[in-house]
Amino acid sequence: METQTPAFEYAPAPESRAVVDIAPSYGLFIDGEFTEAADGKVFKTVSPSTEEVLSEVAEAGEADVDRAVKAARKAFETWSALPGAERAKYLFRIARIIQERSRELAVLETLDNGKPIRETRDADLPLVAAHFFYYAGWADKLDHAGYGANPRPLGVAGQVIPWNFPLLMLAWKIAPALATGNTVVLKPAETTPLSALFFADICRQAGLPRGVVNIVTGDGRAGAALIAHPDVNKVAFTGSTAVGKEIARTVAGTRKKLTLELGGKGANIVFDDAPIDQAVEGIVSGIFFNQGQVCCAGSRLLVQESIHDELLDSLKRRLATLRLGDPLDKNTDIGAINSAEQLARITALADQGEAEGAERWSPACELPSSGYWFAPTLFTNVTQAHTVARDEIFGPVLSVLTFRTPDEAVAKANNTPYGLSAGIWTEKGSRILAVANKLRAGVIWSNTFNKFDPTSPFGGYKESGFGREGGRHGLEAYLDV
Amino acid sequence: MSERLNVLKTYKLYVGGKFPRSESGRVYEVTDAKGKWLANAPLSSRKDARDAVVAARKAFGGWSGATAYNRGQILYRVAEMLEGRREQYVAEVAGAEGLSKSKAAAQVDAAIDRWVWYAGWTDKIAQVVGGGNPVAGPFFNLSSPEPTGVVAVLAPQESSFLGLVSVLAPVIATGNTAVVIASEKSPLPALSLGEVLATSDLPGGVVNVLSGRTAEIATPLAAHQDVNAIDLAGADEALAKELEIAAADNLKRVLRPQAVDNADWSAAPGTDRMTAFLETKTVWHPTGALGASGSSY
Repeated sequence: METQTPAFEYAPAPESRAVVDIAPSYGLFIDGEFTEAADGKVFKTVSPSTEEVLSEVAEAGEADVDRAVKAARKAFETWSALPGAERAKYLFRIARIIQERSRELAVLETLDNGKPIRETRDADLPLVAAHFFYYAGWADKLDHAGYGANPRPLGVAGQVIPWNFPLLMLAWKIAPALATGNTVVLKPAETTPLSALFFADICRQAGLPRGVVNIVTGDGRAGAALIAHPDVNKVAFTGSTAVGKEIARTVAGTRKKLTLELGGKGANIVFDDAPIDQAVEGIVSGIFFNQGQVCCAGSRLLVQESIHDELLDSLKRRLATLRLGDPLDKNTDIGAINSAEQLARITALADQGEAEGAERWSPACELPSSGYWFAPTLFTNVTQAHTVARDEIFGPVLSVLTFRTPDEAVAKANNTPYGLSAGIWTEKGSRILAVANKLRAGVIWSNTFNKFDPTSPFGGYKESGFGREGGRHGLEAYLDV
Repeated sequence: MSERLNVLKTYKLYVGGKFPRSESGRVYEVTDAKGKWLANAPLSSRKDARDAVVAARKAFGGWSGATAYNRGQILYRVAEMLEGRREQYVAEVAGAEGLSKSKAAAQVDAAIDRWVWYAGWTDKIAQVVGGGNPVAGPFFNLSSPEPTGVVAVLAPQESSFLGLVSVLAPVIATGNTAVVIASEKSPLPALSLGEVLATSDLPGGVVNVLSGRTAEIATPLAAHQDVNAIDLAGADEALAKELEIAAADNLKRVLRPQAVDNADWSAAPGTDRMTAFLETKTVWHPTGALGASGSSY
């Protein structure tokens, strides 16, 4: 039998860890200094690809969150009063230092998150720097942003971010907050606290005034305390829809401004005239980028019935060439799942898909013996009623459905409580415009997928949350308008 | 000679382009500022609220899909119809709010002018809040605003007509459809507005007007899974909080009530009430390369 092994094997090409110096323990970053948690609690952060303990990190409690908010409140007086041009220069400095240290940060992020170095190096870090550059330029131009003359900052922003893009989500939150004159208390995810703490060091190098940025590491309790803190004026959250709803209830009846970037179940629609090879690449990047741990992942593939078999053959052939393994290897396409807990969730949902009668397929794929791994997985014979077609899996699991007419494609694509992203593959320009017009989603990629840029607003319809990050629109979340 | 007895109007709801009585068969007494009986207004039930949402959802596709130019003309038509019935509204507002005739006239004039103002916005808001983004890569990408869907509007309690128009017009100008709860104490101008909307080429269901107890009708609307957004202008602080909690269940867009000292409906509105119920959709497309010949100029 003919095998589908690539013609040439790859030699290992690991990126050096020597560029990163991870300390055995880290404190909370409050008022410009690293400090222990008030009650001395710590937790460990591990590398998902090896289960190696990377460091011990302070676990913030309510008292620590309170201290961080106080520091941010105090710093707000001077930071918001700074001329925009001066704030801009701090942000430009931060952007530059991120570029200078980007190799170090990419390796660190890969170690702590498990995603391939190819992605941290080529996607995360360039975008992180770009976001700071973009919003740096807004700081002294807010009068021209369309929110009236002299728009005012809100005050202290409490920001809670997820583990799938730890440093990128930090940049999405902190850059516009600082540009508009707010100060921040940011809680990174429990499983990926390190790059935020390294960012604290970047703030130090940039000479950022004390208290403007505060980082409180910890679990959901620290996040809940931050969001509920009476002296926080603005809450920004990226994460699951369930937690987003809880946060919306918490801030109800307060004057806190809220933006939420929540889950998704993106439809990737392939019409029969689509360029198949390009579509296959788009499907792969749509669902296997960052191991599918992406809120805007194209996790529902909608294929026009007439090309279903041809497309699936191509897709399976392509998946067989994906390289899963050491995330620090520059040739790795698929890294580790972020945590044992997340792996268990993906496993359970995939098993449920099988139990409900969908057909499961994975390429021949050897999983490393330690760490958290999940092979790229396809489900065919999926209907809209299947759990794998409805629930966000947040892992490398693609559900394939079919359609016959554009109307049916649109109806199926919109048949979800989510509304974050969608993809359209067709050579016909008018069809792209017609379908894009009817899809209820905040970001639509035609003949491409998973593209991000700081100038472009990102955010969802329906239960994918409200508010936009990026672009001129991203400023609104941090201004009193 | 006996004085002519005038013909009283039976005030009815406006739902799906029709004028039903409340499903509940209930009415409540509406009085003027001095306590004099004006009319029996329908006391809407939860079922009326659900019917109104069904009508608003049904109308959404057509209204949001209409051209902005068309929507603008229809909004302007509302102003035309109101102008013709100006005296009726002056009398109703004067009665409802206990205003002198001249003060009521000022309110009505401002409300008519507000329709005109929003009529002009329908085909401009997309240019003001949308546009192309200078992406760092070979992509063309465009952000455009789109209506969020069905919006439940709790009209302001004190300003029975100008306040109502100020919260309703921006919602439909941008292509949303609306379920409006009239001012509880002074619902008559809102119910009469339904008659004007019905004769202004506005498709049935785009605006649905309910009268009754705000809290009673708003509660099922805030919890309704097919309502996309809620404007809490007419809610007090306690009700607003309760409704906001219910709204979190399907992540409705919520516009919180203005601070009481800030509720001057005659002030220039700005774009906030339009943008509150707009989504931003960003569409990406690759740009091709026409060969490597360098400058094309």
